[in-house]
Amino acid sequence: MVAADEPGTNGQWPLWEVFLQPSGGAPFEHAGSVHAVDAESALQNARDVYTRRGEGVNLWVVPSAAIVASAPSDAGPFFDPGNDKPYRHPQFYTSPRGVRV
Amino acid sequence: MTAPATPSTALAMDGATGGALVEYLLRLGDDRLVLGHRLSEWCGHAPILEEDIALANIALDLIGQATLLLRLAAQIEGAGRDENALAYLRESIDYHNVLMVELPRGDFAFTVVRQFLFSVAAFYQLEALARSVHEELAGIAAKALKETRYHVRHVGEWVIKLGDGTAESHERAQAALDALWRFTGEMFLMDAVDDTLVRAGIAADMAPVEPKWHAQVTDVVRRATLALPEGAYMQRGGRVGRHTEHLGLMLSEMQILQRSYPGAKW
Repeated sequence: MVAADEPGTNGQWPLWEVFLQPSGGAPFEHAGSVHAVDAESALQNARDVYTRRGEGVNLWVVPSAAIVASAPSDAGPFFDPGNDKPYRHPQFYTSPRGVRV
Repeated sequence: MTAPATPSTALAMDGATGGALVEYLLRLGDDRLVLGHRLSEWCGHAPILEEDIALANIALDLIGQATLLLRLAAQIEGAGRDENALAYLRESIDYHNVLMVELPRGDFAFTVVRQFLFSVAAFYQLEALARSVHEELAGIAAKALKETRYHVRHVGEWVIKLGDGTAESHERAQAALDALWRFTGEMFLMDAVDDTLVRAGIAADMAPVEPKWHAQVTDVVRRATLALPEGAYMQRGGRVGRHTEHLGLMLSEMQILQRSYPGAKW
């Protein structure tokens, strides 16, 4: 259990990111976030906030602090280089008849 | 809450059993309607957003259970009333809920401890009711059992967090437990209504429910570092319509729309 007055919590309970699996076998999708003092409460809060209307069949909760994210300033070096190298995209092949693309 | 015109179960019942079942369903339904309404009073007032939604979810589960139970009671009664008439047009003396559920919502600790004491008893009672020979009642119980399993898990966690939390939360949780204890015995009382229906395989025998409730409550209370109250005196009266003044006040607020605009629909 983490107290709200611990450093880095900004007076709030710790934040958890919620990932929801819409149906069995489907990939988990980010649904939003909840505040909670421990993993069990985070799971329960996620259930109560994000699955009230049958939105999912499984939940993951992850401490927000455990997520490593790219920064907006990374956008150039991370994502730009792909666009000017069309040979990276397998779009020069003609599809055989009968194959849906 | 619209009443479908489906006929009641084909279970053959004599008049006495049918009458007892109507009374029994009213007790089950009223407990949930009144407690659901008390919980709904937290809407917009709970300590944090997430808990606000959690309490509203439990309230809606309970009101949903009440709808099904009162609808079944109305069908078996066959007096032209539906579940809305039962909920909105009965006086407090005709409500047969236990006294514990009608007490004002109090502070968050009181609400959580009451919900825990109620939900654990409801869980074991529903477990038995899910095996009722009355198919519709068994079906309602099976659905409610799933919901109640979550209620126990959610408020059980809170009892432990509050009891084993700060000095203030511990004190409030203990005060709630002490205040509520004398209202717990009424949940397990059995009278002629229960006896008739238990013999017919319809109702839940509360005799084996009470020790299971006691064991689970004792376990959580111990983990919450709280002290189990020792008072043996148990308050009763709700099942026969002798209520605290709190129920009348609650019903006057809950029923004002139907009382002011009879038959109002939207």
